Amino acid sequence: MHAFDYATPESVADAVVMLSDHGKNACVLAGGTDLIVQLRENRRRTDLVVDVKKIAELNALSYDAATGLTIGAAVPCYRIYGDAEIAAAYPGLMDAARLVGGTGIQGRASLGGNLCNASPAGDTIPPMIVLSGEAEIAGPNGTRKVAVEDFCTAPGRTVLEDGEFLVSLHFPAPLANSGAFYRRFIPRNEMDIAVVGVGASVVLSGDRSSFVSARIAVGAVAPTPLFVREAGEALAGQPVSDETIRRAADLARDAARPISDMRGTAEYRKHLTSVLTRRVVEGAVQRAKE
Amino acid sequence: MSQNGHKVIGTRPIRHDGVDKVTGRAIYGADIQLTGLLHGTVKRSPHPHARIKNIDTSRAEAHPGVRAVVTAHDLPQIADKLADLGEAIVNLRDASNNVLAYGKVLYKGHAVAGVAAINLHVAQEAVELIDVEYEVLPHVTGVLEAMEDGAPILHEDMKTTSMGEETDKVSNIANHFQHKMGEPDDGFAEADVVIEREFTTQTVHQGYIETHNATALWNEEGQLTIWTSTQGAFSVRDQMAEILQMPVSKVKIVPLEIGGGFGGKISVYLDPVAALLSKKTGHPVKMTMTRDEVFEGTGPTPGSYLKVKMGATSDGRLTAATAYMAYEAGAYPGSPVGAGAGCIFTPYDIPNVQIDGYDVCVNKPKTNAYRAPGATNAAYATETVVDEISEKLGVDPLEFRVKNGAKEGTRRADGPVHPRIGCIETTEAALNSEHYRSSLAKSANGKVRGRGVASGYWFNFNGGRSAISVSINPDGTINMLEGSTDIGGSRASIAMQLAETIGLEATDIKPYVVDTDSIGYTDVTGGSRTTFGTGYAAHATGQALIREMKERASKLWDVPADAIDFEDGVFSYRDDAEKRGSFKEMASQAGDAGGPVVAQVSTNPDGSGGGAFATHVVDVEVDRETGKVDILRYTAVQDAGTAIHPSYVEGQMQGGVVQGIGWGLNEEYIYNDDGSMTNASFLDYRMPTTLDLPMIETIIVEVPNESHPYGVRGVGEVPIVPPPAALANAIYDATGVRLRDLPMSPPRVQKALAENGG
Amino acid sequence: MSKKVHVQTTINGEAVDFLCEPRNSLLEVLRDDLDHTGAKEGCNNGNCGACNVIMDGRLVNSCCVLGVEADGCEITTIEGIGSAANLHPLQQKFLEHAALQCGICTPGFIVSAKALLDENPNPTEDEVRYWLAGNLCRCTGYDKIVRAVLDARNGA
Repeated sequence: MHAFDYATPESVADAVVMLSDHGKNACVLAGGTDLIVQLRENRRRTDLVVDVKKIAELNALSYDAATGLTIGAAVPCYRIYGDAEIAAAYPGLMDAARLVGGTGIQGRASLGGNLCNASPAGDTIPPMIVLSGEAEIAGPNGTRKVAVEDFCTAPGRTVLEDGEFLVSLHFPAPLANSGAFYRRFIPRNEMDIAVVGVGASVVLSGDRSSFVSARIAVGAVAPTPLFVREAGEALAGQPVSDETIRRAADLARDAARPISDMRGTAEYRKHLTSVLTRRVVEGAVQRAKE
Repeated sequence: MSQNGHKVIGTRPIRHDGVDKVTGRAIYGADIQLTGLLHGTVKRSPHPHARIKNIDTSRAEAHPGVRAVVTAHDLPQIADKLADLGEAIVNLRDASNNVLAYGKVLYKGHAVAGVAAINLHVAQEAVELIDVEYEVLPHVTGVLEAMEDGAPILHEDMKTTSMGEETDKVSNIANHFQHKMGEPDDGFAEADVVIEREFTTQTVHQGYIETHNATALWNEEGQLTIWTSTQGAFSVRDQMAEILQMPVSKVKIVPLEIGGGFGGKISVYLDPVAALLSKKTGHPVKMTMTRDEVFEGTGPTPGSYLKVKMGATSDGRLTAATAYMAYEAGAYPGSPVGAGAGCIFTPYDIPNVQIDGYDVCVNKPKTNAYRAPGATNAAYATETVVDEISEKLGVDPLEFRVKNGAKEGTRRADGPVHPRIGCIETTEAALNSEHYRSSLAKSANGKVRGRGVASGYWFNFNGGRSAISVSINPDGTINMLEGSTDIGGSRASIAMQLAETIGLEATDIKPYVVDTDSIGYTDVTGGSRTTFGTGYAAHATGQALIREMKERASKLWDVPADAIDFEDGVFSYRDDAEKRGSFKEMASQAGDAGGPVVAQVSTNPDGSGGGAFATHVVDVEVDRETGKVDILRYTAVQDAGTAIHPSYVEGQMQGGVVQGIGWGLNEEYIYNDDGSMTNASFLDYRMPTTLDLPMIETIIVEVPNESHPYGVRGVGEVPIVPPPAALANAIYDATGVRLRDLPMSPPRVQKALAENGG
Repeated sequence: MSKKVHVQTTINGEAVDFLCEPRNSLLEVLRDDLDHTGAKEGCNNGNCGACNVIMDGRLVNSCCVLGVEADGCEITTIEGIGSAANLHPLQQKFLEHAALQCGICTPGFIVSAKALLDENPNPTEDEVRYWLAGNLCRCTGYDKIVRAVLDARNGA
């Protein structure tokens, strides 16, 4: 690991100044579970590590049944699923927060970090997409907001410009008769990178017989986590049935454009996309009915 | 009192080194701190096969904080020489070249230089400043490809040895051997059912959690001391003496606690490099590997190709078997194909057998021992073919194994005749187990379920040199020094055998694993030999102590020594009931009659005791859509001879099973076209976690080993042998599809099911 | 090398000061500078749990924490969980159940299990297995480890 300096700004403004001064030669530390390993393995190099955990906004965690959920970018997973009210309102998000690394990783790793790491297989990103998450970014030109589905641009790359960093994530309050679900496929039962991950959120009609709307996102099958708009739209207005769900699963599979690597062949990943999408939509429907 | 009239053997005392280990105080190899310590690391090859044109260390040497750089040119040049390192015969020239590459690099991760610096980070920076000029050569990583004419050749001077004679042919095949017994053609002609199948297995790693380490101090007098975690301190001493061409008297190895080995911590990797760096700097130098270095730079166990053919009559008698076994040796000759050949059909009594083994060099790390080396690959083939034959004959697969089971007098294809063994007893215990008798629903949760069984054999090294040195304290407790590394509780199992012999409690013995200057030569903790071999020495030590104590009692009581009996822990004079005393009582006085009581014993038993057999039963659930296999229930049955400390016998069985499960389902070295391992991390190598397993049930069978005073059989290795085959048979039972390639990972299973409509 | 930073922290209840480079992990500082070698390095990337410590009440992989981040924090290591004279119930149960073989992963398992029992004094077997999935053991097959933790529960 090459040497670097370390700073702990206590305000968003101070952090922006530090990051702007160093440009590409600075990086942001929240939980560090990706960053520290990447620096150690020389997959990244930096002159300055800016630890943002002393900034109040980055540690905020609040939920309001009317306005929704705000998660500071450095809030570790355990705090999110440890909040009973939040866990009950966003079970689809909890599915992912509970399987990022082992328990020790979840003591540090944040959803914000998972998003900024921009791995195609980042587990929390598909559920954040299907829950219509929005990222608040601070930078030299003030703050701006970007939909989570537009945040990642390539493996390890995001919309963040030099001097910018992620402050928080916001999710609208869950609607009535809605449910969300995330599952990934891995060869082991824990401690693995998704071969494929699928998130789905659905809103059902009052009698729960048909879909009002749905959003589906897939991980590890494209250079970035993939929002498959057409798969969700195919469900909207349709009856809740095996047939309609299979159609959505086919659309998700068709949208997937995976590579073959040591975690699975492209063919296997496409197959799994279909299987998991079906199971995940079924899981989301089940939750919407509960 | 435990069974068989034993007081200590068969009980479950808390291990002597336990408190230190649960409180974090035990000192493992990497935990040592020394004054003036420097930190070292290794520069490794990025290519799987290349000629080293030049190594320029000048930029590294100029880097602030760097104290020394070494390359193969700092090592003495060694001629071809074979040496026995405890679990394998090794060519010392190859061993030297594996430590620091000379002339060529033969695998990605091959060490080319070492650096010592004021801290590890500086050493790592310096590694990037070593400039190595390579001429990249074509590489080959698969065993069958490496055997083809025209394959890239690793060793231009290596001629194939065939059936014991060197040929003129230069190839990657280091050795071809054959074992033959009876006439297989005639045997197959008698058979009503003949099955022939091909199998492949991939390279897998032992996966010990502690990475390799070595700390060396080469002092001003030329005395070299190495602190390290090793399975055999004396083996390290001998390797150091040979590789560095120095007298063994100049080398002392201090074994610190070891964090797992499984066969992989016998060969030296860092130790000679640390020694050279210490010699150059005059400081102690500590080197530890990173996890990716362990995967890419140490010895895993080989990938292999096997073709097995077996025949049986319609009344269920095996008549003939043949095997073609090609194992990857890695960069230098010496795969465990020979051991695999000795195990492949050994659970069975088969009159006609032919086994052809091939040891093949490929551009991968030099393979090393891994728990029953060679046997798991072999059993994967045999045990699935046996399952298929049983099915064809319509007989229960365990009853088939009982009917054809090896027993006392059965001859192994590689020569030896079995003494009293527990093969059939073990299979019968599995057959009668509650698990095997229970019913299994064929489907649940939208998934299919199945049950599989498999057996396995491992020789056990029923011999080897062990030394024990004891001194009796005035309170009757005993300090026991031994040379056997304790990897999994052997301090306890050895101390218990001494305690049993002299009528003390296990806690009265204080066992210490000591350095090579402080105890007689002791072979490696490997080959499942330690509780057998060093326990054998402990028993002999106990006998020596009893003799000595009789002498002391004779002086104290003024009676003839040969009139003193020792029974149930009490010395007594035959002719006077007043003259009696327990071992402890006598120990408190013994010092007055001739000074402190001490004893030193070394042993090297003949090794005829017979090996260990195991039979396993597993229930699995298969997700047809994803190909994922989950384990619902697992029972391991094994002949332990006599279980000294049953908890640690169970632990060996459970640990071996889970390594076998990992090998069967997910573990493998995945190579890309560039000859690089792509999954050299615990994240992607996928060893089983807590969440991948149920409890592992154990049934210990005890058919005593006739060549050990307490009947001990080694237990450590055989439990890894059956799992992959048992899993394959269970997957077949669940899905109707047979898998013949390891690992049976989700993509492979899903593909096989899709292709076979299973 | 970059300038060393002065860090003030509390380790096992005692105030501890140290200097470290920003690139030094908490694991390196504990092992190399503070003589707390109970935390082990098995993978150095958060996948084996051998280095686990409790930091401000949360279980963390100390290889994935910078030493400088420990400033102002309270750290509990294996050395602070029990001693020979005063073993933690988990330590006692690990001994009784023979839940260790080589012992290199044992400190990490005990620290992790303690963090579990602190939060959930009566976990089920599934909960124990889920919580400990980030701790690798290659010797035991986990059976005896899981039994030891279950046996160390309140009311067990």
